[in-house]
Amino acid sequence: MSATPTISFDPARCDGCGDCMSACVSAKSTVEYIAQSRIRIVRDDEAGCWGVAQCRQCGDPRCASVCPAAALAKGDDGIVAWDAERCVNCLLCTAGCIYGGIAFSPAEGHVVKCDQCAGAPQCVSACTRGALRYVNAAKLYNRWGELEDLFVPGLGGCQGCNTELIMRHTLRRVGPNTVLATPPGCIPGMGSVGYNGMLGCKVPVFHPLLTNTASMLTGIRRQYRRKGRKVTALALAGDGGAGDVGFQSLSGAAERGEQILFVCVDNEGYMNTGAQRSGSTTYGAWTATTPVGDTGRGKTQDAKNLPLLMMWHGCEYVATASTAFMEDFYAKLEAALDASERGFAYLHLYSPCTSGWRFPSASNIEVARKAVETNFALLWEYRRDRGLRLSRDIDDPAPVTEYLELLGKFRHLDAAQTAHIQRHVAAQAQVLRDLAGMHQDDGLSHCCSSIVPQAVRHETGG
Amino acid sequence: MELFDYVVLGASHAGLEALRAIRAHDADGSIAVLDREARLPVSPTVLPYVVSGKCAADRVALRERSWFDTQRVDYRQQAAAAALDTANSRLRLADGREISYGKLLLATGAAPALPPIEGLSDVSFHVLRTLDDALALRDVASKAGRSAGRAVVLGAGLVGMHAAENLVRAGAGVTIVEMRGQVLPGYFDPLAAARIEAVFRDKGVEVLTGRRVKQVAPRDEGCTVLLDDGEARDADLLLAAAGVRPEVSYLAGSGVAVERGIVVDEFMRTVADNVWAAGDVVQTRSFFADGTPAGGILPDAVEQGRTAGMSMAGDPGVRPYPGGVSLNTYGFFGRRALSVGRDAPEQAGSEWDVLVRGGEGADGYLKLVLREGRLQGIFGVDVLFDPGIMWELILRRVEIGARRDALLENPQDTARALMSGLWR
Repeated sequence: MSATPTISFDPARCDGCGDCMSACVSAKSTVEYIAQSRIRIVRDDEAGCWGVAQCRQCGDPRCASVCPAAALAKGDDGIVAWDAERCVNCLLCTAGCIYGGIAFSPAEGHVVKCDQCAGAPQCVSACTRGALRYVNAAKLYNRWGELEDLFVPGLGGCQGCNTELIMRHTLRRVGPNTVLATPPGCIPGMGSVGYNGMLGCKVPVFHPLLTNTASMLTGIRRQYRRKGRKVTALALAGDGGAGDVGFQSLSGAAERGEQILFVCVDNEGYMNTGAQRSGSTTYGAWTATTPVGDTGRGKTQDAKNLPLLMMWHGCEYVATASTAFMEDFYAKLEAALDASERGFAYLHLYSPCTSGWRFPSASNIEVARKAVETNFALLWEYRRDRGLRLSRDIDDPAPVTEYLELLGKFRHLDAAQTAHIQRHVAAQAQVLRDLAGMHQDDGLSHCCSSIVPQAVRHETGG
Repeated sequence: MELFDYVVLGASHAGLEALRAIRAHDADGSIAVLDREARLPVSPTVLPYVVSGKCAADRVALRERSWFDTQRVDYRQQAAAAALDTANSRLRLADGREISYGKLLLATGAAPALPPIEGLSDVSFHVLRTLDDALALRDVASKAGRSAGRAVVLGAGLVGMHAAENLVRAGAGVTIVEMRGQVLPGYFDPLAAARIEAVFRDKGVEVLTGRRVKQVAPRDEGCTVLLDDGEARDADLLLAAAGVRPEVSYLAGSGVAVERGIVVDEFMRTVADNVWAAGDVVQTRSFFADGTPAGGILPDAVEQGRTAGMSMAGDPGVRPYPGGVSLNTYGFFGRRALSVGRDAPEQAGSEWDVLVRGGEGADGYLKLVLREGRLQGIFGVDVLFDPGIMWELILRRVEIGARRDALLENPQDTARALMSGLWR
């Protein structure tokens, strides 16, 4: 069974205006009756917030399991459909559903439930507060699912690591007409280069030095072009292989505008070799080389902002993404792939490290999500012809402590260190806000890379 | 001899849900479903609607044959079990064939329990458990209705009440005899039952509670029903709806323990190795761990089937079956009655809290039962709420003391708000 769309509800944004219910009533009423809303917004006075009762279109619908008349069934479109012809009005479905998603409507004389208005839910359109969202990501997963998986079935990653997700999904989309470079780090460690002389993926893969990934890809890409073959030159590198040891070759290739798609999987350190610090390790973090003890309190410097550094190169495309926001990641991967036909495309993916950061292996995506929701990791996109845009609203972040407390590597933080991180996160967000603000209204969108140096001069006061 | 990784005996709600749970975890294991019926599976709950004519007999199957094919399940009809040899993991069928199993689910359901009434075997009477029963009853009910005949229904449970309504709608004169003191005993509290009973009386049904049938005797094509107080009723149609008994005849000598039903643990395992049981055939433990009647409830059968299926397939997500909670949705003459959970005991201590609204003459009736601030039961007539949410509130033992008045005033929205915060 394939994944299907869903309607999500954010109680923090709901003010109980009821527009969704009115929209549902209008959508479902007929000349004969005024329908009962299929979505019900309810007030919990004890908790002081709004709640929702609406069909969740369960993957495993219990309303259908308890229906004695086979009048409810989940269709291939994901909708749990109600069959008026079969229904006997016994109301057992209302006993099977624990969400109040199917209920008797006295006006209509039978049970009613949400059918997502054939792919255009009116309640969501009516919600001006952003509390209801039509989450369509499942369609993307389905489409990705149909693409060929180009890695071997088993990869040797640590339990809970999201890098396998990144590798498989990236290579599925980039496709078989690819030469892949994976410098030393977690990705070849997981098996991209294979074991015992067997390849780990279905495309040509090579294992450059930590220092020269972008240089080798430059040569390969140029050679193919000379031969008249159109091949995607793809790098899957860690933050060390991209931003520290590998930076001079990366910087050179970006500056020359080589046609390369360079994906940096940033786990904020040399996690494959035992969790040593890197230039991407953030302030205060414990690593094997920034220990916590009588004198050490974790890393004493802030991380360098590698994706912004890459933007300053005036690349064709630069973006940051997170595996907690796959729709956004997919869209950016599409754009980056397209841009790599024209010049250098750089995609920076935040990759929480279950073993090196010390958090439970089941929480990887939750950690990634919290990093974004607290502005610790900022999602944005830079295109040469459009400048920088924020991918999501960053004006109302969750407190950064909600992120820090998830991670063992921050357990020792004292108040001063936490305050430092809070200031740094706020400052980084402000830089992004300013950069994004520069390009919206000044007609500069047709200027090319010259924008970026201007932005720098602007920020630093010229 | 044939061998299947899984054999499921019975294809009603428990068996089908188990099947789904097994396939969800084990895509490849071989499965056989053995159904003693000669038709596609039909829920006993839908049968009153076949009798009333609301459902066409060819439109009530829970699954089509193609569904079994898609699930790669070997679905066999007219395959009744005759004996079980648990030592050798072998099942003998009524036609003499034998089948070996890796894991076996007993979901053979229940059959009508016949009340011990003198003369019953000498008269023609109906029961309602299979589609054939329903079709037979439909025909005689419409005949009795056309001729304005008399019908006597033994038992005022859901089957009896549904049948009585159908018969009176068809035009028959109906008498219901119930030995306990109210209609729908075990489902609704006495006040709710009294409201329901009043509706039946208004429609001309004679409801005799607290009465027993002493004897039945043939009379013309029908029978005469003699009551314990000496009165008698003539019946052109007699329906025995005095409950059910688990279908366990094939388990003699198998080593599977049977008391009021098959004895199972919290993962629906019987005492025999590799044998599970679920649905109306088991002796269901009450969630409340008291004498509250449990079992015979469709949603419970589904939960049990799922638990059994997950346990059989070794699904690590399996959770222990929490125990049965009585749960009913009952429509009658266009009205609705809902019940979830248990009533307070007669000698209720101070930890119990009973709230009622809607006495005589009010539009709707609602009763809330709390113990130590936690919902134990909710009963309503003509008051709507979401039974599924109430069920979950009971199972989760959610503290609702602060919301008790709001819950009594508006049970639907109050419970939905709680749900939205707790398990959205």
